[in-house]
Amino acid sequence: MSIQKVQNNKAWFMVLPVLILVAISAIIPLMTVVNYSVQDTFGNNEFFWVGTEWFQEILSSERFHNALLRTLLFSGLILAIEIPLGILIALAMPKRGWGVSVCLVLMALPLLIPWNVVGTIWQVFGRVDIGLLGHGLASLGIDYNYTQNNLDAWLTLILMDVWHWTSLVVLLCYSGLVSIPEVYYQAARIDGASRWAVFRFIQLPKIKRVLLIAVLLRFMDSFMIYTEPFVVTGGGPGNITTFLSIDLVQMAVGQFDLGPAAAMSLIYFLIILLVCWIFYTVMTSYDNDEQTNGPGPQ
Amino acid sequence: MLELRNITRHQGEEVILDDISLSMQRGELNILLGPTLCGKTSLMRIMAGLDKPDRGELLFDGVSVLGMAVQKRNVAMVYQQFINYPSLTVFENIASPLRVARVEKSQINRQVAEVAELLQMTEMLDRTPDTLSGGQQQRVALARALVKKADLVLLDEPLANLDYKLREELRAELPALFAAMGAVLVYATTEPTEALVLGGNTVCLHEGRVEQFGPTLELYRTPASLRSAKIFSDPPLNSAKVECIAGQLAFANSQQKLGINIEQIPDGKYTLAVRPHHLSREREGLDDLEVKGSVSVTELTGSETFVHFSMEDNPWVALLHDVQNFAVASTVVFYVKPQHLFLFDSHHALVEWPSTKKN
Repeated sequence: MSIQKVQNNKAWFMVLPVLILVAISAIIPLMTVVNYSVQDTFGNNEFFWVGTEWFQEILSSERFHNALLRTLLFSGLILAIEIPLGILIALAMPKRGWGVSVCLVLMALPLLIPWNVVGTIWQVFGRVDIGLLGHGLASLGIDYNYTQNNLDAWLTLILMDVWHWTSLVVLLCYSGLVSIPEVYYQAARIDGASRWAVFRFIQLPKIKRVLLIAVLLRFMDSFMIYTEPFVVTGGGPGNITTFLSIDLVQMAVGQFDLGPAAAMSLIYFLIILLVCWIFYTVMTSYDNDEQTNGPGPQ
Repeated sequence: MLELRNITRHQGEEVILDDISLSMQRGELNILLGPTLCGKTSLMRIMAGLDKPDRGELLFDGVSVLGMAVQKRNVAMVYQQFINYPSLTVFENIASPLRVARVEKSQINRQVAEVAELLQMTEMLDRTPDTLSGGQQQRVALARALVKKADLVLLDEPLANLDYKLREELRAELPALFAAMGAVLVYATTEPTEALVLGGNTVCLHEGRVEQFGPTLELYRTPASLRSAKIFSDPPLNSAKVECIAGQLAFANSQQKLGINIEQIPDGKYTLAVRPHHLSREREGLDDLEVKGSVSVTELTGSETFVHFSMEDNPWVALLHDVQNFAVASTVVFYVKPQHLFLFDSHHALVEWPSTKKN
């Protein structure tokens, strides 16, 4: 006697809404970009095949190299500042009492402000004629002008991003820290472990997972930063703050070079994917390597 | 030797430790027995130096250690939760107290190997705690306490989070480990059975006060007070209010005579108490006390029977060492040997009578 297996294909209907949603939100737009990136057009909705020509052009263009380097440098600096700073602030925050809610609200405030408002705030804040920061520095005799000086422009953007996004790292780390039971600290005290050992062997292992999320989020976000530098510096002075995203918009909207812009979008996307994968692999493989030395005298 | 003198601690308005004085010897196991929130952990935190008492003195080998920092006291503590360094191997976890103490490398290797051997953990030295079972994780924590060669070892319900089987297994190993430590050992538990298996001395704690302190078996056999008898009884102690009129005992509720004459005690109100396993279905002697009640529920385990019945409106339970089923609301009769009866006076202190010889 054989058992006839009844196929029930109704299940596919259940998946259909999700498929449609994903198609509209991700697959179709992405494919449109792919479509543009391999064709050229002279208007009139006429397209013809160019193969990988746009990709070659972008990859060999100095303009792209420079923008990529600037963006990588920006993301690197942002991570180097915001991650340690975020951990330090999270460690210093109170664990109980009325201070907790005060700190949490204060930390959450910058995150609630829309990007372009943040840009506008800092654009005004830094102005030499009327801005509190710009004018204040000028009256102290410090020569500061983000619209003319390259270094000042970078400092302003980095300061702005640190102000805007360090709280995200703080909140993530804090959530990891408060989940550590009090007995761990008690046990460490009885063991005679130093403050560093407590951080290194109790707190860090416990916040490692949220820290990975913080690093990925901050990398992706800073690597894709557009609105704030667009509002504050508009990519200048010169093109010293023209990051990939600003360059891309100039190419696609300003010059209407749809083919190269599409190719650049795809390369941009692949770089983010690649770097995130590297971060993820490195940070999770850390688990297995980091088991050599105990909390002895450091 | 660890000495506590009049230790008192408040938390807000509440007194959590009330005038506790104890003295504990090296190499002896001291069990803190009592229900949750009776002050066991608070007392341990003071012994460890994590908290300071509001009043009182703490002496170690005759020297006051109240002002000494935790790190300098050479204390080890094992908790109900399995506390280990999550990212370090078992070897490094065990070695951690030695590394803090800056012990030489070859010495560390030797001592860790010794302790691992004792706890049968040699094969697991390269693994991290999260890959181990709960029982093994607690072994690592015990090994850390053991390797430290601390003067004072505090164990705060170390077996409470383990499942039944592992608990029994580890409990059987503990006395040998404790003997190897040679420290003042303090062990907190809520379970009377655990105290009895481990032996040593027991402190009965009730609402931050010491009810009784002495050798565990002695405490079990002759509890000084009703409270300490109740703390040291699992399943719960059976009790009933009785009155003594002219040397005749009678139940306070029904005035029913018990048929026991005790001329040596003054008239007044008393509490009669019997441990559940001392209730027997058979009359063994002429002077056995007979108790009657109506069955409310019968719980059967594989080899034992718990008969819950209402005795003079008091909820009583009998533990029988075989499997018997009793119909609900049926009347049951049990007998108790006179030497198994406890009598407590109106201040809940044990009343001595000539036949107070318990087993």
